[in-house]
Amino acid sequence: MALLELKAVSRHFGGVRAVDGLDLSVEQGQVFGLLGPNGSGKRTTVNLVSGLFPLSSGSVTFQGNSLDGLATHLRLQTGIARTFQNIRLFGQLSVWQNLWVAQNSPQDRARHGFFARWLGGQSGAREEILPLLEFSGLAHKQDELASNLSFGEQRRLELARAMATRPKLLLLDEPAAGMNSEEVGQLRERILSLRGSGVTILLVEHVMELVMGVTDCIAVLNFGQKIAEGTPAEIQANPAVRKAYLGGETA
Amino acid sequence: MDFYFGLAQIIGVHTLIGLSAYIVLLTGQVSLAQAGFFAVGAYVAGMLTVLAGWAILPALAASAVLGAVVACAVGFPALRVKGLMLVIVTLAFGEGVRLFFFNFDYQVAKGGVKLGPLGSEGFRQIRYFPENGWTTMDVMLFIWVFVTLAMALLWWFDRSRYGAVLRAVGEDELAAQSVGLNLTAVKVSAMTIGGAIAGLGGGIYAHYTTHIEHASFGILLATFALAYPILGGLGSVFGTLLAAMFVQGFLVEGLRFLGDWRNLLFGALIVLAMNVRPKGFLDAPTLLGLKRLFGGKSGAA
Repeated sequence: MALLELKAVSRHFGGVRAVDGLDLSVEQGQVFGLLGPNGSGKRTTVNLVSGLFPLSSGSVTFQGNSLDGLATHLRLQTGIARTFQNIRLFGQLSVWQNLWVAQNSPQDRARHGFFARWLGGQSGAREEILPLLEFSGLAHKQDELASNLSFGEQRRLELARAMATRPKLLLLDEPAAGMNSEEVGQLRERILSLRGSGVTILLVEHVMELVMGVTDCIAVLNFGQKIAEGTPAEIQANPAVRKAYLGGETA
Repeated sequence: MDFYFGLAQIIGVHTLIGLSAYIVLLTGQVSLAQAGFFAVGAYVAGMLTVLAGWAILPALAASAVLGAVVACAVGFPALRVKGLMLVIVTLAFGEGVRLFFFNFDYQVAKGGVKLGPLGSEGFRQIRYFPENGWTTMDVMLFIWVFVTLAMALLWWFDRSRYGAVLRAVGEDELAAQSVGLNLTAVKVSAMTIGGAIAGLGGGIYAHYTTHIEHASFGILLATFALAYPILGGLGSVFGTLLAAMFVQGFLVEGLRFLGDWRNLLFGALIVLAMNVRPKGFLDAPTLLGLKRLFGGKSGAA
């Protein structure tokens, strides 16, 4: 059974069908790429899965359970975390605090009692947060305010913050936007190491170098509908995809 | 000397209502309801000591609890709206409370004298302190014990994950939701704690002035409550204390010799202070700098 399953999912904004009858199935352990031109419905799909707004019709199931009507913060507890294209950190909090506030997974709830979890000091969370700081390469900046970090560091922190929620499924919304090719290379290593640790990833990205290098499977959207699905090699060879991206001659 | 003790009493009570707005502001909510919770606390504590004959401590406890209950009840519906809408909703609540007490008569004859709230006349003779022989200094010290306790509580919150969570919600609700925080629970909890502190402050206020009336709990008090944490900065609870001292000690009392010019200067100095320190006296970067200056151990240690 697929980890994440979208069946005939639609989302309309007034007369605009941002997502229109989309079927998608993401298997456990995959890195699943979501491609498409601007306005094709990729981000709407991510927002529907993370619960930012409700479906117009269709259904989303995660680990066999329907997510319909489940609030965003509760979806996180089932194991769905995300990052944002326009980085959304807590700028006036320190790097450490950004990771700390994200510890809301069922495992974290089980580990600490209510008072230790909410009113305990930073030392109680040290064991869990240090690996995340190392993962993001920010251990030396743990007390820095998030807003003082460089762009690349902020991206790394946001990814680490999503990991602090111990996700089973991670939704990455254009994680490479604005990165140079060296940073894209590092991001690729991070994504592969996350996959190695068993996290399933749904990746929305325009940087082909990254998408083709890390994904197991890709779906291509255009005008809210799926026009192709397959391995990176199949997608690259698909004429419908070329047409959607490059426009040009009609068939 | 009594003048300075009296001034310290005023600063203490204003710090309390400032702190009650501080914790709500941390979550990004601008609430004008704090004066309402303060009024509830004032009337409840006054009625308990005067009419029911309670001692001061249980009466203050009751006013804090009732302030919290009212704040929680107001918080659930009110915090569904944000920004200016919340300002209007909480303003309406505050005015509602004031008008309730404007019309509230509950007098009981005690020893031939009728005591208790009497509508627009207010509630006179809340004489617990003088009857029990407390001097101005005793009352001042008593007030500052509670100010210290409230500040210690909020300072502890700031060191804990709860404090970071409050600030996270204040910075970006969408991001806070997507790391698994329940916005309603966080905001209502802050409102409830703020309501308890405001209720406590009101209970104390009723006893040191000995006379309360609806007009003291209007929009002006609600505005002061917000002004202290904003002027002082949301980086630390000490900012609110500094601002209450600055406003009540310097602007209100210190400039009294200027006569009518004081009112003009009052506004101008607040505008000036906000221009020099746009994020308040103690903002996050300033505190980080202070921490480094004094070589404090880094957060995680």
